[in-house]
Amino acid sequence: MNELALAVFASETGSHLVAPPQNRRWTAHLRAFDAGAYETRLTERGFRFIGRPRLPPLLRAIHDPPVGLFVRGDAEPSLLERPAVAIVGARACSGYGASVARSLARELAAAGLLVVSGLARGIDAEAHRGALAAGAATIAVLGCGIDRDYPAAHAELARRIAADGLIVSEYAPGVEPAPWRFPARNRIVAGLCAATVVVEARERSGALITADLALEEGREVFAVPGEITASLSAGTNALLKLGATPLTGAADVLLSFGIEPADRAEGGGLLDLLPATADELVRRTGQSAAEIARTLVELELAGAVAAYDGVYRIQ
Amino acid sequence: MHTVLARAITHALVGLEPRRVEVEAHVNNVGTPAFVIVGLPDRACAEARQRVKAGIRSAELEFPRGKVTVNLAPAGLRKEGSGYDLPIALAVLAASRQVPHDALDRHAAVGELALDGRVRRVGGVLAVAEGARRMGLERVLCPSDSAAEAALAGIEPVGFRHLADIVAYLRGELEPDPVVPPRAHDPPPEPDLADVRGQERARRALEIAAAGAHNLLLAGPPGTGKTMLARRLPGLLPPLGLEESLEVTRIHSVAGLLPPEQPLIDRPPFRAPHHSASTAAVIGGGAGIRPGEASLAHRGVLLLDELAEFARPTLEALRQPLEDGVVAIARAAGRAVFPARFLLVGTMNMCPCGARGDAELQCTCSTQRLNAYRDKLSHALLDRFDLVVAMPRPRAAELAGGPSEASAPVAARVSAARALPPARRSDDANEKLSRAVERLPLSGRGRARVARTARTIAALAGAGIVDGDHIAEALAYRAPRELFG
Repeated sequence: MNELALAVFASETGSHLVAPPQNRRWTAHLRAFDAGAYETRLTERGFRFIGRPRLPPLLRAIHDPPVGLFVRGDAEPSLLERPAVAIVGARACSGYGASVARSLARELAAAGLLVVSGLARGIDAEAHRGALAAGAATIAVLGCGIDRDYPAAHAELARRIAADGLIVSEYAPGVEPAPWRFPARNRIVAGLCAATVVVEARERSGALITADLALEEGREVFAVPGEITASLSAGTNALLKLGATPLTGAADVLLSFGIEPADRAEGGGLLDLLPATADELVRRTGQSAAEIARTLVELELAGAVAAYDGVYRIQ
Repeated sequence: MHTVLARAITHALVGLEPRRVEVEAHVNNVGTPAFVIVGLPDRACAEARQRVKAGIRSAELEFPRGKVTVNLAPAGLRKEGSGYDLPIALAVLAASRQVPHDALDRHAAVGELALDGRVRRVGGVLAVAEGARRMGLERVLCPSDSAAEAALAGIEPVGFRHLADIVAYLRGELEPDPVVPPRAHDPPPEPDLADVRGQERARRALEIAAAGAHNLLLAGPPGTGKTMLARRLPGLLPPLGLEESLEVTRIHSVAGLLPPEQPLIDRPPFRAPHHSASTAAVIGGGAGIRPGEASLAHRGVLLLDELAEFARPTLEALRQPLEDGVVAIARAAGRAVFPARFLLVGTMNMCPCGARGDAELQCTCSTQRLNAYRDKLSHALLDRFDLVVAMPRPRAAELAGGPSEASAPVAARVSAARALPPARRSDDANEKLSRAVERLPLSGRGRARVARTARTIAALAGAGIVDGDHIAEALAYRAPRELFG
């Protein structure tokens, strides 16, 4: 219960604490703090607190692990122990970045990895959406209280994340978002994950802080290569220069987790029959024209096949 | 005083709208013998003089001596066609006291006279009869084989074969024949989908087109069954309701296309004008204001075979009916609005030489030729096609497959789908739509088309909500970029 008191104290005083300080204010707080009552209030709001000992080992292993995490969402806290990958990047991302973040998250989530990000605009939100599109749980780490929907535009996204996954923060409910809290949040994002992917980042981007923290902890860092003239890729290209692994597909990440990339399983064997027209596929699979149309469109959306003059081919 | 005036009532058509026309006849039997028709008759109408004179004499009646003047009032409205023969003859006969005035006053009249006095069918009898009913007249005098058509207007038709019989009836000497409804004969069967082998995707698109009234574009090399499929679309549409039937019948009647044995058109019409058709022939208008193919296809199917071969102005003119479901025609002769809510099916080759899409052949089209071919179809027109299906030539082995589904079960699914209220999209569906916009070349209008199509697909599946699977299928029928740049 000491951790809860400390986490609340840190939130109230606005200080970054990983261990109890030696001052009278803390002693006074500790004496006045009614842990039982506080926890009841948390439960009433559907929140929980996970103390440091029960945090996932990867997060406990960083050099300044949080005292604990406040969590919102119905999932078991053990979800946090699943093999996880962070997908982070610029808030003002390009359409290309958004689509990479989303499809990458979808494919990684579909392959069983837990996608972690910061619920920020741009890349973060796309990563969460991609994971949700794969029907998987995803983790959002906030730089404010978990009762805050920040940014407000993502309130609905946050609700969807909390339905299957978790929204976590080291700050007690009620803490306002503040710029200086975001780097601290990033260490939790990086800390939860064995690998971090930076999709797009400018030269001085918060995403690079996450990458640096990941590197410091000896975690894998991937960067999506970009055009050398694009300012949105300046940060990722700089990471590559420093030795980050270039990411050219979801398979790169999966292999680093020792997961054999699924052999384009989505197509249900259709890909083996290509090139073919939709009608030929109908005849050879015995499926209806409607079913074949759906599957082919899904494969097109995944970038696996393309149609030309009515003939579908593998991309 | 030897001067007598009489009048008969008929209706002129402005578009499909009947306008009351009074045919006044004035006989002055002391003047120089003459027969004049005034009141803006067109050529066919002015020639009524010869037919009326000969017809009256053939009916063993007397054409009055002296000066006969016929005025078609209002004199400012153009009178077209030969349907005025009968009212002119009756007015002349009433003016010369061979027919009682008061009997004529209760009737409208329409019909063409033969030189031997027989009464011939003309177009537009339904609209004339509707005009008569609205004017509160009791009966309409018409050729006997138009009586069933006139009866549709809810007025009592008096059909006769000969002018002499009509005169006898007006004198009270002859009872009108009861209207014999035309022998209920089975219409020729619609071509059946069972005759089409293979082409599963196009068949499915045809079903969706029928269920949601989506315009359909079939693209493929010659001989892949594009036209054959399109001709089977009317057979998938539900029969017309009574109001719709009357609407369609009125248009076909005005165009003079109503077969005498089938006074009421109760099946969705199918029209397939050749690509050499003029804009006026397709849209309507021309010297007289006539409905065009677009209106004749109202509530049915308009097939434009070899879409890219049609003159570009003709295709562009189709945008108004595609948008509004009506054709508004303004000519010196007047203005008219014809309904024209049809399901458009276009077919085209994938390239001018027709080899693209055929694995056996090599396309020889130059880039310029290919671009010119595509430029024929403006994006504005292509945007009206919710469904586009590329139909590459099937390999011989595929045509040897088993029997295909017949039209009847498909038509049953179409009717069931049409009965459902439009469904809402699920979150999943919206998400898939957004993803498609990101990942595929899909415009805002394209997105709206996909959403519409998906709604129909959901209805065919009997689903109360449009979900991601329906969106996915709808996306398969989007316009492929390689065909339209």
